[in-house]
Amino acid sequence: MGEMDTLKKEADGLKAQIEAGRKAVNDTTMATLASGVAAAPRVQLKNRKTLKGHLAKIYGLHWSADNRHMVSASQDGKLLIWDTYTGNKVYAVPLKSSWVMSCSMAPSGNLVASGGLDNMCTIANIKGASPKTLRELDAHEGYLSHSRFLNDSEILTASGDTTCCLWDLETGKQKVIYKSHVGDCMCLAVSPDQNTFISGACDSSAKLWDIRDGGCKQTFIGHTSDINAIAFYPSGTAVITGSDDCTLKMYDLRADQEVNGYQDAALNAGVTSVSLSSSGRLIFAGYDNFNCNIWDSLKAEKVGVLSGHDNRVSCIGVPDDGLGVCTGSWDSFLKIWN
Amino acid sequence: MSNNSANSSNLVIAQKVVKQLRLEASVRRIKVSQAAADLKTFCLQNAHKDPLLMGVPSSDNPFRPPKSCALF
Repeated sequence: MGEMDTLKKEADGLKAQIEAGRKAVNDTTMATLASGVAAAPRVQLKNRKTLKGHLAKIYGLHWSADNRHMVSASQDGKLLIWDTYTGNKVYAVPLKSSWVMSCSMAPSGNLVASGGLDNMCTIANIKGASPKTLRELDAHEGYLSHSRFLNDSEILTASGDTTCCLWDLETGKQKVIYKSHVGDCMCLAVSPDQNTFISGACDSSAKLWDIRDGGCKQTFIGHTSDINAIAFYPSGTAVITGSDDCTLKMYDLRADQEVNGYQDAALNAGVTSVSLSSSGRLIFAGYDNFNCNIWDSLKAEKVGVLSGHDNRVSCIGVPDDGLGVCTGSWDSFLKIWN
Repeated sequence: MSNNSANSSNLVIAQKVVKQLRLEASVRRIKVSQAAADLKTFCLQNAHKDPLLMGVPSSDNPFRPPKSCALF
């Protein structure tokens, strides 16, 4: 097949070109630059609250934009919306399918989304007398791994069918489909300016997308296994990824490459979840080994640990005001630390 | 036949891969020294506003149960 061979040669040539282009600007390391920075203080966060109520493994959590409420999803078949200041449950949303893998709350606080092995993203309105299903977004051909609202009428989803999608909630239809990954999409994060988003997949790569035109702008490689978690640096110019290869990486969008790596020879548990403190200095990473490690994002040193869960930490989140960090676990509890 | 249609769809996929790689090869990159310096600056400039880094005083901690105070 002459043409296939030609295309393969061209692809290999372009990959070499990209690698050369990245090497050409790789004039120093973050480690060198950060050597002069004072070490972050030894971070000793205390468990301030334990939210009890779920009856099975927790798979996802998402803080409300009001910094006080939070939604969590469990395979007990429920979404719970919490008032984290009092520890009380405010709403319970029963799920049609208990095989939920993720949840999210709209910035307005009016809507929550959930989905999982049912391949659907279900949107519920929680501001009526009782929670009501608004839409069932049903077009993905694989499980729903992640979702994030842009506003009350648009939501982004990531799926095991290797695509991500932007949906119009007024019509329930797909607006834009993001196709380029060759493995299950596991996670996504929206840029602070809401013009782009980043996705992580089982093909070990992270991709930056233009939300409106659906184009993949950049691809970041280096991980050697599934990327389970991804987050934007608060500056919007870098992303942090967490992987089954037991490491986290920081990719700078403008240098188009990895600029820092977070790993420890003693750590042989995959990273399940990641979140950053408000300045970006601290990276909170949940691992399969029941702990959450705290990393100094600049010096790539471990500066603390959150231990207290009796099973895998599956999700982590820091609210917009940065006042605390919440961990969710397969032990069915959510813990808030600061 | 089916072999031909599989070949032509593989061809279409390969063409898309090459098109995407061409786009990514043309990305304008800044030096890592510049990028990393900017990240460092951002971090340090915002450090004093980062509650998890600085610590949250008990009086302002919404997650801590309020201490009761006696009023006379």
